[in-house]
Formats: sequence, C-alpha cells, structure tokens
Amino acid sequence: MNTVNAADTSFIIFATALVMLMTPGLALFYGGMVRRKNVLSTTVHSYTAMVIVSIQWVLIGYTLCFGKDFAGFIGNFQFLGLHGVGFLPNPDYATTIPQSVFMLFQLMFAIITPALISGAIAERMKFIAFAIFILLWSTLVYDPIAHWVWGAGGWLRNLGALDFAGGNVVHISSGISALVVALVIGKRRKIKTITPHNLPMTLLGAGILWFGWFGFNAGSALAINGVALNAFITTNTSAAAGALTWSICELIIRKKVTSLGIASGIVVGLVAITPSAGFVSPLSSILIGGIGGALCFFFVSVVKQKFGYDDALDAFGCHGIGGIWGGIATGIFASKAINPAGANGLIYGNIRLVGIQLIAIVATIAYSAIMTFIILKVLSKFMSLRVTKEEEVDGLDVSLHGEEAYGGIDL
Amino acid sequence: MEEKLTKIDIITSSSKFEELKEALNAIGISGMTVSNVLGCGIQKGHKEFYRGLALDINLLPKIKVEIVVCDVPVDLVVETAKKVLYTEKIGAGKIFIYDVKNVIRVSNGAEGRDALHYDD
Repeated sequence: MNTVNAADTSFIIFATALVMLMTPGLALFYGGMVRRKNVLSTTVHSYTAMVIVSIQWVLIGYTLCFGKDFAGFIGNFQFLGLHGVGFLPNPDYATTIPQSVFMLFQLMFAIITPALISGAIAERMKFIAFAIFILLWSTLVYDPIAHWVWGAGGWLRNLGALDFAGGNVVHISSGISALVVALVIGKRRKIKTITPHNLPMTLLGAGILWFGWFGFNAGSALAINGVALNAFITTNTSAAAGALTWSICELIIRKKVTSLGIASGIVVGLVAITPSAGFVSPLSSILIGGIGGALCFFFVSVVKQKFGYDDALDAFGCHGIGGIWGGIATGIFASKAINPAGANGLIYGNIRLVGIQLIAIVATIAYSAIMTFIILKVLSKFMSLRVTKEEEVDGLDVSLHGEEAYGGIDL
Repeated sequence: MEEKLTKIDIITSSSKFEELKEALNAIGISGMTVSNVLGCGIQKGHKEFYRGLALDINLLPKIKVEIVVCDVPVDLVVETAKKVLYTEKIGAGKIFIYDVKNVIRVSNGAEGRDALHYDD
C-alpha cells in the first residue's frame, strides 16, 4: 500500500501538462471571439489566472482544498506553503502517485476555472479589478467547493455526489459566477455590432482545449486503469457529439453550419461529459454530449437574446448550462459496471442519485452566485470594476495595457 | 449628363461607424465604400510599451467612408454626418467634398446619375 507506481505517476505528470495547456488554449478560444482592439486584454485574463493561482495554490489554495477537513466545508492549514507535500502519496486521494504530483494536477484545474469566468466580462472589465477578483474568487469560492466535492470529509463527497473531473467544481462554479459578474458590470456598448475578429484563432483554441481535456478527464482517474481509458473514450465521443448536435441545430434553424458553432459544440460536449467521464459508458456519452450541444445552442442563441444579459463569450451559456446538464446526466447514466467506486444512476434503477446530484448542483449554484456577488460588491468599494467609456471605445489593449495586437502600418 | 455628382469622404472613429451608416441610410444613401485607415492630425496619440521601449503612437486607427451622391443634397449629407460625429473633443473626424466627373456602372453600362440610381 501507498507505494509510488512509476507508470501511474508518469501518466499523471503528462496529464498535468495537458491540463496546463488548456488555459493558453482557452486564451486563444476567447481571444479570437473579441474585437481586434481587445484581443490582448482577453488573452491576458487567462495568463493572469496562471500567474496568480500558481502562487495562491502553493501558499494557501492546496491546503484549503485538500487539508484535513473542517466541518465538511474547508480544509485546514496542514499543507500551508506545501508543508509536508512530498513524494509520499496521500492515501486520501491517490495511493500510487506522489502527493506533489496530485497537488500539481489539481493546480491546473484551479488555474483554468477563474480563467473561464473571463469570457463573460470580456472587453469591458478593469484589468486590476479582474486580477484581484481571481485571487479572492479562487480562495473564497473555488477552494471551498473543491473541498466539498473532492476533499476527504467534504460534505458533498460524503453525501455521495459524483463529480469525476469537475462539473460542479470547475464548470458550474465558473459558469454561474460568470453570469453574476456579467450582470453586475453590465453590457458592452453597441453590443449588436460586435463580431469575432479571428475565428481561426478560436478554432485552434477549441482544438487545444479538446487535446488538453484528455488530461483533464482521463487524468482524473489518478492512475492508469480501465476508468482512465473509459474517461478518455467518453471525453472524445462527447466532444464529437456536442459538435454534431450544435451543428445540426444550426443547420435546421439557420440553414448553415458555422465554424464557431463547431468550436462551441466541441467545448460544450467536453463540459457536459466532465462530471461523468469515468462513470458512464461510451454509448451514454453520445447522448450526454449530444443533448448538451443542443441545450447550450438553445441557451446561447435563444435564451440569452431574450433576456439580453451580456455573457460576452458565453461562459455561462457553455460552462454553466453544460455543467448543470452534465451533473444531472451523471445522475441518469452513471454505472457501477463502468466504475465500481461510483454509483448506479437513474437508468440502472437508482433515482436517488439524481436527487443527490441536484443537491450538489443547487448548492454549487447558490454558493458561487452569492459569494461572487459579495466579492464584487466589496471590490467595487475600493475600485471601479468597469473601464470608462473612452477606454472601452479605444479598446482595452491600448487603454489598459499600452499595446496593440496588430497595430500600426506594415513596415 | 448635366447632373452634378459629388464625392464625400468622411474620416472618423470606427466606434461611430454604425450610427453614421444608419443616419446616412435614413437620408437615402445606401451605397458606400469603407476602409480602415491610419492617420494623424492634431489629436494626441497614446503611449505604448514594448519591453522597456516607450513609444509615442500618433498614427491612430480611423475609418474612411466614401460616398458619391447626385440626388441627395450634399449639405444634407454634411449636416447629417456632423450631427452624428460631433463630440466636443478633437479627433471627431473630417469631411472632404470633391466634384466627380462621371460614374459608370459596370453591370449595365449606365453612367452618371443612372449609375447611382437603383430601381427595386
């Protein structure tokens, strides 16, 4: 027991590097969708998450998530400053890989989650305000929710809620918070005239996200085994199914399949399978990704237009809605035949799992919405969250960063 | 071919373009050519920083809208553009007016006023 397995460890180191690459991928995915005058500001949001959360995680984030449980709500300070996090495995989480590798793997999840939120606030939030927001949000929202779901003694884990690779922790938490920030800082000016400036960039970003997601989901098995490979298969299948149904919806409603539609469908399929990747069969993953693609298409192209909130790059529409569907789908399709450590879902006669999943989803929604709102209200006492009208018109790249992505005449 | 043809160039900030286009459509101008341009006037630019290097950038991105009118009065176009583009600050834009010798529509060989006029 508790001896390091070299194959498992190498696999998780590889998976960690894959998940790390998702955040630059996200920067490309988002960067292509904004106007050319804001591409650097949008890109920098993701890189800021890499910078800030990497430090926060070492100092306090890891221990708040995975330290000894306090009241089911948060970890204690036993791993403060990574004290005691070394080559020995932590049997609470993975018996065959060093705790230091587990810590690094989890760090990459903690990085991409606040970066996802930046999609909702693109082209109008003050850079410094967003940087401080990332620090506060990671500490006060991400770390507690990660502990509830994955930490030993976390109350949702004890309840039996299933979240294989972060449907609640990553996608619902960031998606809901994204909607709250978008509502608090308001719409961009002249929103109806805004179009993406570089869709090839967005498509490359979607491809890198797909690639990195293999580490995200297969790596979440924390070992090389049947569950890891099942997660690899369901992840790839669901991405394809999401892209397929999003495209079909477009074809029916607009008579044309768009490249941005394919990219969006891929990401939604990946989001939807995340909580269930290691619990459901490949056939179920076709339904999970497929329904996710259609559902998010409806949210992004119909519901968002009706309500008129400015979730600029659909962080809520893709990650919030896709994550909620994924959590419910886990309750429907989970199978003990796929993963004995999981549970059977609705189609295997266990309706109770759907109830547990709903509790986890509602708790995540409520906590992240309320905490995000409080963080923003407190932050707005000290600084303005939104750029001025002039800064917005000139573009955030020049006005906030003093740079242009494609400026000047060609020399 | 006695009708007078006039070309009007409007250089302004790209953020005003949609509003300008709608206002021009409302007075009966549906055709225009638009380009991204860089220019400098007396409007001060901004500073950019690349590693340690600080640069004063005074070539600013603008758009140039070119229209040719015959039936629509030039004064109306100018007044409309001024109304939409006016800000109290410098950098709101400039309008240039030129005489045009002729206009030829390639698809049917029409010239002058007929080349600008489209029957629905």
